[in-house]
Amino acid sequence: MKELLLIALGSALVNNVVLSQFLGLCPFLGVSKKIKTAAGMGAAVIFVITIASAVTSLIYDGILVRFDLDYLKTIVFILVIAALVQLVEMVLKKTSPALYSALGVYLPLITTNCAVLGIALTNVQNGYGLLTSVVNGFATAAGFAISIIILAGIRERMEHSDIPKAFQGMPIVLIAAGLMAIAFSGFAGLQIGG
Amino acid sequence: MKQCMKQLWNGLFKENPTFVLMLGMCPTLATTTSASNAIGMGLTTTVVLVLSNMLISMLRKVIPDKVRIPAFIVVIASFVTIVEFLLKAYLPGLNESLGIYIPLIVVNCIILGRAEAFASKNKVLPSAFDGIGMGLGFTLGLTCIGVFRELLGAGEVFGIRVMPASFEPLAIFVMAPGAFFVLAMLTALQNKFKLKSATNVPGGMDSLACGGNCASCDGKTCSANHAVLAQIKEQKAAEEAAKKEAAKQEALRKAAEAKKAKEAEEAAKAAEVTAESAVTEEETTGKEEA
Repeated sequence: MKELLLIALGSALVNNVVLSQFLGLCPFLGVSKKIKTAAGMGAAVIFVITIASAVTSLIYDGILVRFDLDYLKTIVFILVIAALVQLVEMVLKKTSPALYSALGVYLPLITTNCAVLGIALTNVQNGYGLLTSVVNGFATAAGFAISIIILAGIRERMEHSDIPKAFQGMPIVLIAAGLMAIAFSGFAGLQIGG
Repeated sequence: MKQCMKQLWNGLFKENPTFVLMLGMCPTLATTTSASNAIGMGLTTTVVLVLSNMLISMLRKVIPDKVRIPAFIVVIASFVTIVEFLLKAYLPGLNESLGIYIPLIVVNCIILGRAEAFASKNKVLPSAFDGIGMGLGFTLGLTCIGVFRELLGAGEVFGIRVMPASFEPLAIFVMAPGAFFVLAMLTALQNKFKLKSATNVPGGMDSLACGGNCASCDGKTCSANHAVLAQIKEQKAAEEAAKKEAAKQEALRKAAEAKKAKEAEEAAKAAEVTAESAVTEEETTGKEEA
């Protein structure tokens, strides 16, 4: 239990997926104009990454390792993730229209989010089992949601500030992200359980 | 050959993936902690890009339009796996330092973007040169950023000390935040000098299937593109149907004409026959009179 908590804290805050590993930058910079859409994107990412971590972990241990096919993991994972996103979208549409209307728009975007494939591959590289993979996936995605919502909050505030002309648009967003990265690197000093 | 050189030039400078199109930002920020890492990542991506462009161009008439994206992804993922094995075998150091970003080349939007926008529509040789140009352009961009970060962050370039001993390295530039700052300065300079780039040309990158601007992509352009594509397809289908209809009408008309002509011929023949019989009748009556 303690070990799981350590992994979760580590991947949500210390090794934040966007700010220190640079995975999922496209949605991080693209869908962070408003807090509401950022929260929707964050929720969709948590949903998909948690499911994808479980499925890829099962496939890796159950099929790829058993038949000595683990060198196929990149191809298998990307196809599984793409199919999974489609499937999740269809199931949500049928079973839970409320959730679908909240997350639906963001689901197709997630297929190309490199964080999903990145986390599936990290789980495998670190030799995590099913439970650990799911916890790690959920925590990493939660880290993504935290950072995209914070950035959206900063951007909403910046709408009204006087920014030098050359820095308007993307440059100031990148600088805000850099400052956030500095703040998050402070978590590296955490001595959990020490 | 001229077109090939044009593609090369296009990829290296005119549509440089890093500076102009702003594609593939994740590896750009993550692997440029030193100049040699940046070159390694750039060249690895180039190899995958050239090979996948060539194969997709060869298969462009075989792959059905509806499943082209999954097909492209499988091709790209296969080449990435091959390249990963080669790196593991011959350049284990580089493989170690690039780590997870090697398999993540699969989801680099430059590769899928070029497959969709160029290789699936052009012949093999231009596609290969397009891959080389874009790949070298990406390498150039990564190396520039990498040199900058290594110079400021460690006082070295390619591991060789160039700064004077009194220079205190700004370690933040090799760490994660430095990547954001370097990219921010780069885009700010582009804004300042109004250079062509995805960040300051609204809607200028429409030659790419997705508009090419990952940084401000919220999926709208993608769905809009799909709508446009569907519309074009519908139009084409309608045109084709109209053509078919016209051909049918034409055929019907021709058949009717032929029928008419035949009838006329027959009528003429019949008339001739009656005329002839009339003549013979006349003859006989004439004879009788005589």
